[in-house]
Amino acid sequence: MNMCPDYIVHYMHEYLDGEISPEHELELKAHLSSCASCQKHMHELSRVVAFVQSASHITAPIGFAEGVTARLPKEKSKVNMKRWFHSHPIVTAAALFMILMSASLFSSFNDDQQFSFTKQSNIVVEGEKVIVPLGETVFGDMVVKNGDIQIDGEVVGDVTVINGTQYMASTANVTGEIEEINQVFDWLWYKMKAGAKDVTSFLNGKEGK
Amino acid sequence: MDALVNKRIKEVLKGDQNAFAEIVELFQDKLYRVCYRMLGNKHEAEDIAQEAFVRAFVNIHTFDTNRKFSTWLYRIGTNLCIDRIRKKKPDFSLDADVTGTDGLTMYSQVASTDDLPEEEVLKMEMQDRVQYEISRLPDKYRAVIVLKYLEDLPLQEISDILDMPLGTVKTRVHRGREALRKQLSNM
Repeated sequence: MNMCPDYIVHYMHEYLDGEISPEHELELKAHLSSCASCQKHMHELSRVVAFVQSASHITAPIGFAEGVTARLPKEKSKVNMKRWFHSHPIVTAAALFMILMSASLFSSFNDDQQFSFTKQSNIVVEGEKVIVPLGETVFGDMVVKNGDIQIDGEVVGDVTVINGTQYMASTANVTGEIEEINQVFDWLWYKMKAGAKDVTSFLNGKEGK
Repeated sequence: MDALVNKRIKEVLKGDQNAFAEIVELFQDKLYRVCYRMLGNKHEAEDIAQEAFVRAFVNIHTFDTNRKFSTWLYRIGTNLCIDRIRKKKPDFSLDADVTGTDGLTMYSQVASTDDLPEEEVLKMEMQDRVQYEISRLPDKYRAVIVLKYLEDLPLQEISDILDMPLGTVKTRVHRGREALRKQLSNM
């Protein structure tokens, strides 16, 4: 083997890598057939390859993936919630509905600080006070928001005061209910009742108030 | 396969750990095998392969989806293995805990630097012998031999994984084969 040129061994490796050119392969084969020591070398290298490749295919131990998951940094809660929402669509829809509804109710209670009242032809407004004058009769419901109402005359219908006070003169006559709403929960209750009333009147085919 | 992996990677990028669990399922055997062959120890292989997955997860945003995920993952794994081999203490003992290695003898636990007496080597089971001879290879040849002959990877991919020129990979495969030939001359 000592007398053999170095490139013969190089060709052997080219051969084993499957990258030998046809010329080199011919040269290698010619040399191997005439040189016992190189033939032995080649045989040993081929045996090395077969030996290493005989290694059995091992697989990851049981519980490997769980081990990885346990070592991962904590995932963002955003995704956790998203997954929860995915698995509970009805609860999600209901919760979303409640949030939006309450938001609109609260905002209409807090943001709407304007003085407003149901327009009637025969009432008098003084500053933030609505007066039903003596001798006058208002037909229909009266709603006053963020202001007071003083009733000297007659109201044929309900009177509702939101964020205000109602003053009743001894001559006053209200045929319907009188209500004062100053708390958020009262407000909510009122809204719900109004909604229910709308629905029932709609179902009864009547015109809403 | 690549399309599926890239889809999962996009989900992981959004922060979904469940998608990553699927990636682990797909690649765990490959990566564990490489680590085991490199380190020659089941416990260390499991530790390093899991660590490689954790690092892949943490750095997933640096992965270029136009490239092969397995190449990237192998690179993380082999780098960790090479680091571990270099840091390995020389006082590795044959009496070390080998519980839970189901059927493997202590020889499969032998660190690369420990050469056994020849009579011990000749008594080895074939599979242990293969692992033992791989473990005896210098680590720079070990990586290429493991990737080429145990994972059947093309030389170009090995060059990508180990981040070295193709020519260097070829040279190391040649030298690795020669080193094994010398190691096995008594067989």
